[in-house]
Amino acid sequence: MLTILFDGIAYGMLLFILAVGLAVTMGLMNFINLAHGAFAMVGGYITVLLMQRLDVPFLLCLPAAFLGAALLGAVLERTLYRPLYHKPHLDQVLFSIGLTFMAVAAVDYFVGSTQQILQLPEWLKGRTELGEGAWMLGMGHYRLFIIAVCAALTVALQYILTKTRFGSRLRASVDDQRVAAGLGINVNVVFLSTFAVGSGLAGLGGALGADVLGMDPTFPLKFMIYFLIVVAVGGTSSITGPLLAALLLGIADVAGKYYIPKLGAFIVYSLMIVILVWRPQGLFVRKGGKS
Amino acid sequence: MQKRQFLNATALAVLALAGGQVMAQSNTFKIGLILPMTGQQATTGRQIEAAAKLYMAQNGDMIGGKKVELIIKDDTSIPDVTKRLAQELVVNDKVNVLAGMGITPSALATAAIATQSKTPLVVMAAATSSITEASPYVVRTSFTLPQASVALADWAPKNGIKKVVTLVSDYGPGIDAEKFFKERMLFNGGQITESLRVPLRNPDFAPFLQKVRDLKPDALFVFVPSGAGAAVMKQFLERGMDKAGIKLIGTGDVTDDDQLNDMGDGALGVVTSHHYSAAHPSPLNKKFVDAFQKANKGLRPNFMAVGGYDGMRVIYEALKVTKGNGGGDALLAAMKGQIFESPRGPMFIDAQTRDVVQNIYLRKVERKDGQLYNIEFDVIKDVKDPGKAR
Repeated sequence: MLTILFDGIAYGMLLFILAVGLAVTMGLMNFINLAHGAFAMVGGYITVLLMQRLDVPFLLCLPAAFLGAALLGAVLERTLYRPLYHKPHLDQVLFSIGLTFMAVAAVDYFVGSTQQILQLPEWLKGRTELGEGAWMLGMGHYRLFIIAVCAALTVALQYILTKTRFGSRLRASVDDQRVAAGLGINVNVVFLSTFAVGSGLAGLGGALGADVLGMDPTFPLKFMIYFLIVVAVGGTSSITGPLLAALLLGIADVAGKYYIPKLGAFIVYSLMIVILVWRPQGLFVRKGGKS
Repeated sequence: MQKRQFLNATALAVLALAGGQVMAQSNTFKIGLILPMTGQQATTGRQIEAAAKLYMAQNGDMIGGKKVELIIKDDTSIPDVTKRLAQELVVNDKVNVLAGMGITPSALATAAIATQSKTPLVVMAAATSSITEASPYVVRTSFTLPQASVALADWAPKNGIKKVVTLVSDYGPGIDAEKFFKERMLFNGGQITESLRVPLRNPDFAPFLQKVRDLKPDALFVFVPSGAGAAVMKQFLERGMDKAGIKLIGTGDVTDDDQLNDMGDGALGVVTSHHYSAAHPSPLNKKFVDAFQKANKGLRPNFMAVGGYDGMRVIYEALKVTKGNGGGDALLAAMKGQIFESPRGPMFIDAQTRDVVQNIYLRKVERKDGQLYNIEFDVIKDVKDPGKAR
């Protein structure tokens, strides 16, 4: 039972890293970016290719995946996304979903459509078990690693957004661009870096998830629904909302599949519907914030 | 008068002969090969295309006075597309044989076209049992899942595996595998403690595997499409299930030759049952594997490739027997009952069911010449598709 809880938390944490970038762009920048999963895929493929073709150690691949996806995010923000900031949401949706399909086709063309398999280093492969019987807790080392990375990231993000100067600039830019610009904030740079970091986080999520979730060209389409659920349930105005939502969904998904395998896949969706009926704006919404 | 008649007759005969020759020269024998060349199942398409081209390179393209032409179309694994392509091939290109079919829904979508146009449909990959019943024009050269899983259920109870949990992907072939494995296990005195079906696109296998671990069976029987197989296997090992005394068994899709090397040492010792391994120890297979690798930059042929290779053989032999004449029915008749040695070992096309009858091998993953292979250690001879027995 504890093992299920543990697996659920690890899975939820993974969903959180994958989705938090989307929460940032969607919630703070008010841009519907359905191509978010494509950035995650980029990170995943950077890791897989670096490890398979160049034998780069796994731990070095993670920052590479973050930087690669962030760089791509920055370039695309400057060239493609910026002109769409003030367009209606439907335009943004169509644009970004088109981008997703292009990413899928491009990866299929250049790398091939097979599922990519990566070999984790030995020290991440093991498993530690505590206790006995129903209360036994079995922890896969890799899942522990995921949880640790996510926890560190959450703290860092929360700190940046609420305590640093950059955080206040970002929040100011979001709330009123014109006034923020009048105060001497370079809104373009703030948005550019935010978008890049969001994409980078997706890339990191993809890199971490490649082993657990599998990596093939349909990745962005396969997981888009999960990102959207996390963001919809968690609300988009904070970091803690999506975090708790991701944990809740991760645990519900894993436990549901364990205890009622026949219904397992539907539990997440039912939970989402219940929560959204109860709180249409998401579980945790900052008072007075944009929804 | 007699002379005149003779002259007339000769003239007619000469004309007929000349005409016949002209017709023979313009005649090509067209094979419409529909495969998933892009998308999820693209490796299937790539393997079969490579194998078909290899067969043609080895056996020439002039058979029975006709020039064999291969028309390859990409259906991206979408049955609607397969059906449209098949229609185009039959109506516009006037193909003599349809072939390929990466997945079951594609084969089923094309079956009606084969029946209406009396065109033989050689199924080279799709493996749900019922496909050959969908049209009297379907001939199969791949395998069926009941065939592979029943053989494993015969082997397991004799080798100390009594309690088994099954885990299959929730779609046609998976359900076939689950059903036939279960029935035969029960028949052989084994036990199925739980049957788990996972969604076809399942993100994380952790909860299912944890469940298996807590149920503590002797073995876990797995069927998932080959890409996901590697993920299941890896998580199986990371969960320490092999150390908990649970064996991993499955149909050969799990240890697909195409991916086996990437799976790493964790795969060592996994027992599967299937009709083909690239390491099948026969001179014919060695020749096939060498030629295939030479022609495809070292790519290892898998069970899909051998299905395509033998499919081409069945078409070629039918063409030889009919000497290039005769339509779909004659070709079909010549395909039924073919007995021959394939790189997989001896096989034949059952004249009644038009399905493949072949040896099913029990294999264990071992390291050989620095690479991972499915090494055959036992064989169940001439396995007919159990799905047809009723």
